[in-house]
Amino acid sequence: MALRRDWVYENNGGTCVAIAGSDYCVIAADTRLSVGYSIYTREFSKICNLADKCVLATSGFQGDMKALQKNLAARHLIYQHQHNKQMSCPAMAQLLSNTLYYKRFFPYYTFNILGGLDSDGKGCVFTYDAVGSYERVGYSAQGTGAGLIIPVLDNQLKSPSPLLLPAKDAVTPLSEAEAVDLVKDVFASATERDIYTGDKVEIVVINASGIRQELMELRKD
Amino acid sequence: MFRNQYDTDVTTWSPAGRLFQVEYAMEAVKQGAAAVGLRSASHVVLATVNKAASDLSSYQKKVFKIDDHIGVAIAGLTADGRVLSRYLRNECINHAFVYESPLPVSRLVVRLADKAQLKRQHISGLTLIILQEQVCTQRSWKRPYGVGLLVAGLDETGAHLYYNCPSGNYFEYQAFAIGSRSQAAKTFLERRFESFNNYSRDELIKDAIFAIKETLQGEKLTSAICTLAVVGKDEAFHLIDQKIIEELIDSMEIKEDAPADQAPVTDEDGSTGAAPMDI
Repeated sequence: MALRRDWVYENNGGTCVAIAGSDYCVIAADTRLSVGYSIYTREFSKICNLADKCVLATSGFQGDMKALQKNLAARHLIYQHQHNKQMSCPAMAQLLSNTLYYKRFFPYYTFNILGGLDSDGKGCVFTYDAVGSYERVGYSAQGTGAGLIIPVLDNQLKSPSPLLLPAKDAVTPLSEAEAVDLVKDVFASATERDIYTGDKVEIVVINASGIRQELMELRKD
Repeated sequence: MFRNQYDTDVTTWSPAGRLFQVEYAMEAVKQGAAAVGLRSASHVVLATVNKAASDLSSYQKKVFKIDDHIGVAIAGLTADGRVLSRYLRNECINHAFVYESPLPVSRLVVRLADKAQLKRQHISGLTLIILQEQVCTQRSWKRPYGVGLLVAGLDETGAHLYYNCPSGNYFEYQAFAIGSRSQAAKTFLERRFESFNNYSRDELIKDAIFAIKETLQGEKLTSAICTLAVVGKDEAFHLIDQKIIEELIDSMEIKEDAPADQAPVTDEDGSTGAAPMDI
């Protein structure tokens, strides 16, 4: 993009991961904000709590991330006023898809993962592209480190294809603690080789008792 | 005397300089079920009488949460009230989106008053956008809103209670009552309003229930007939649980002959932890 003078986006780097369990969901993202070969800040949260049982993790251009988060939060408020309850994760998933496609011809430069519990209390993860194409999966990774992480998750989680009939449950049989450990491991690995991933990883776990958050240190180089 | 000649539409003045349609709209407010509001330095309480159209039906919703820091109680044409609540909610959401801070109550009531009266002008960026809103008292094909709103809210400048009427006027109050038989409540409040600023949250709620009791004029006060809502410094606007209202009424009935300042009996935990919009 050296000669283009109308390039309005920026890739701020970073990686997001989410894993769905039978009664929990783990969503994690690193906290580094970069541009080019520089680091803007080491303590930037890419995770947004949209609803009681619904959390959004976004990598890509953080200006668009912020705008997208605000948009969804406002839409969620309206939903609560109209329906007298919180939005379910699948409902938010559709809303996010529509919001992204609405800007099909000037997209949000964001690579999103939505995680939470569905109406049955089972973990769900939805993964998106920049213009709203989405799919419910058992696990996902997005961002600069995704290419390093997905093969490892494929190997560890062996999620069945959503195309299978009869539909096989995508959620992993791993326990919550095992899933969190796996997330920590993959982030540590991605940090080794991806320059945009590092500093800290923010891990959010949603289960029946609510949302809890933890931070883990990563390599700072 | 001349009333019937000059009351056909809202754009006709009477020889005495009155707009009868607007005054008729204010009549509609007086016919609605009662609503009262009380304000202290740190809290505002709204209470309404739940009137059901018949024994078979449920009562109409008269208290609406507008935002975490603002709520309204309405009297009059409740359908108009619902529409206005939707408008107020949108205004709050849009303001918070742009300015990342809650819309001050005084700004909200001005917008509401303008909407009731005339078109509004928005200045957005460098362009002047003139929004034709419900031009209710200046266009012959529109009618005024038939609902009065008690707007209760908290912002940086403190606790506020406003009354917006269909004419487009609004006033700030320490305490006020609207709707049918509200005069009884107003008399009760007039006697005591001077000490409201120093009231605790619980005392304010008790007095609100008393004020509602006055409007019932003999009818039995039960928790089913009363809706109560509170907003405070560290308390988002929410409706108070029916069970807690029940307890309060019981504790008051025991000391029926001494309705003066009693120490608050129960500590309400309200429903702040529950889902929003919980009725």
